[in-house]
Amino acid sequence: MINFNVKNKDHMLLIGFIIVVALAPIIMAPIGGGYPDLLQKFAIFGIFAIGFNILFGLTGYLSFGHAAFLGVGSYTAVWTFKLLTMNVIPALILSILFAGVFALLIGFIVLRRSGIYFSILTLAFAQMSYNLAYSVLTPITNGETGLQLRLHDARVLDGLFGVTRGEGLPSTSLFGMSMSGWSGYYFCGVIMIIAFYISIRIFRSPFGMMLRAVKSNQNRMSYTGLNTRPYTLAAFVISGMYAGLAGGLMAITDPLAGAERMQWTASGEVVLMTILGGTGTLLGPVIGAGVIKYFENIFSSFNDGILMEAFSWLPEFLQHAMVSVIGLFVGEGWHLTLGALFMVIVIFLPGGLIEGISRIGNVIRRWRKPKPLPTTEADTAASE
Amino acid sequence: MSILSVKNVNKQFGGLKALNEVNLEIEAGTVHAIIGPNGAGKSTLLNCFVGRLDPDTGSVDFDGVSLLGMKPHEINQVGVSRVFQTPEIFGDLTLVENVMIPSFASRDGAFRLNGWGQVADENDVRENAMELLEDVGLVEQCDTVSNQLSRGDKRRLELAMCLVQKPKLLLLDEPTAGMARADTNNTIDLLKKIAKRGLTMVIIEHDMHVVFSLAEKISVLAQGTVIAEGLPNEIKGHPKVQEAYLGGAHL
Repeated sequence: MINFNVKNKDHMLLIGFIIVVALAPIIMAPIGGGYPDLLQKFAIFGIFAIGFNILFGLTGYLSFGHAAFLGVGSYTAVWTFKLLTMNVIPALILSILFAGVFALLIGFIVLRRSGIYFSILTLAFAQMSYNLAYSVLTPITNGETGLQLRLHDARVLDGLFGVTRGEGLPSTSLFGMSMSGWSGYYFCGVIMIIAFYISIRIFRSPFGMMLRAVKSNQNRMSYTGLNTRPYTLAAFVISGMYAGLAGGLMAITDPLAGAERMQWTASGEVVLMTILGGTGTLLGPVIGAGVIKYFENIFSSFNDGILMEAFSWLPEFLQHAMVSVIGLFVGEGWHLTLGALFMVIVIFLPGGLIEGISRIGNVIRRWRKPKPLPTTEADTAASE
Repeated sequence: MSILSVKNVNKQFGGLKALNEVNLEIEAGTVHAIIGPNGAGKSTLLNCFVGRLDPDTGSVDFDGVSLLGMKPHEINQVGVSRVFQTPEIFGDLTLVENVMIPSFASRDGAFRLNGWGQVADENDVRENAMELLEDVGLVEQCDTVSNQLSRGDKRRLELAMCLVQKPKLLLLDEPTAGMARADTNNTIDLLKKIAKRGLTMVIIEHDMHVVFSLAEKISVLAQGTVIAEGLPNEIKGHPKVQEAYLGGAHL
């Protein structure tokens, strides 16, 4: 019975997810987020966070260097655009592959340690990659300028299939469909849905169960006949591939790859997204990614002028007071709001926004049914 | 026929000789207790069976295979399961998941990348796990998160996790340590039930009540050496053993 319920719930979740992705332009319009560039960012960082959550949420290994895989994905995609074709499919496949191989190499070394030492090692590797991209690897990364498309790039496959060269720089496309504007968003959206579905499968698979066992008790695991290393390494590589995919998608939106994508702040961002949304939950990381990108893009655009207008109904001295106080938290100061929100959530909702949503859901349910049914363990376990 | 054969095992930690020429034969299908005062080397010996420690010299053979140099998961895969002094379970997972994991480990080996198949479709594994939970009397709590169990119930769960793997040898490190009397008696009854099915068990224990209700054979370890070995009745009256236990009034 319980199995059946879990399966049904997952199907409902997936269907709901698809509907939200499809209707996002309409849903986000009233709060000023209904434009393709922002929604595309939601989707890309959503994918990044979903993948990160497979490692951090399931095994508990906190990586502080996942932006390195994002960077590898971006560079690979831009190189594919330069050398092979402007079609996005080869670029994405190669981004995932390269990031996967890179993750395998790094994971093989850093997974010798766990806990804080693992985190520090991943951070060190990512910073190393970042600095290499700026220095010795300049022939590949084009250093500070960043890797860009040129008019005279080879684009062998495009040449073979007789794609005509235009006057200006070509743009990325999916078999002729341009990857900008709404088609760009829906392309990323579809990929995110696939990524989300794969993550559901992994969560509910025997492999996912083993990853949760890694988080719970590695000692018992090895005395149970299970080799923990390949399990953690597989999770590390899978999440690295998700990051590579996200990096590739970034390059599709804007065919330019820079080393700053690999910086530790970018690695830290995905950690924040996952924790903010709800570590180890299916939907949490996507919500976290959405909230952070929304703050970054919308809150940061509020300036004093907009605030003055918003409080124009107040008497003048109050209006000025309000604007000067709230002005600290928006515009340039959006990080302050995000930081405060993050603290509130970590302290009061350790399960992230998802926990908040389920608590509200419980309150509503109790309020609708005067006599509450005691929630059984099975319910709690299934909703995780 | 002996299933576990320990020959001339020595282990030294710095200046301390923890095990000194230990010889031990565990007969298949028996319950063998290893007793001895604190610091006698009981746990060191057990750790040499499961791959946590390697002896300096000597040999440990299980069912004709040398266990030396093998990793804990490899030793488990050849048929040795272990129960810890403090129950080691997957505390964040439900009871049924706790038992399903060892079941997967026996079926799929030390590693299998099965990320697409669904746990919900693994009816055999689940039913098997439920049977074992029934066996140890925890079936009603199958969907509880295992951290919430009492010490005694955690021990029962850990036993179910070991038994689901159908081990050839079960090692128990002080299975009733820190338990209330009622829990201890329940655990003894459960272990008796398991022993009746012919499973070979090695028990390390302080509590003589537990030892004499279960063991068919007893080895006494003191200062890293086996000082006596025999049937429970022989051990009870053994002068060396009484001396080792400082008067041994409770024997």
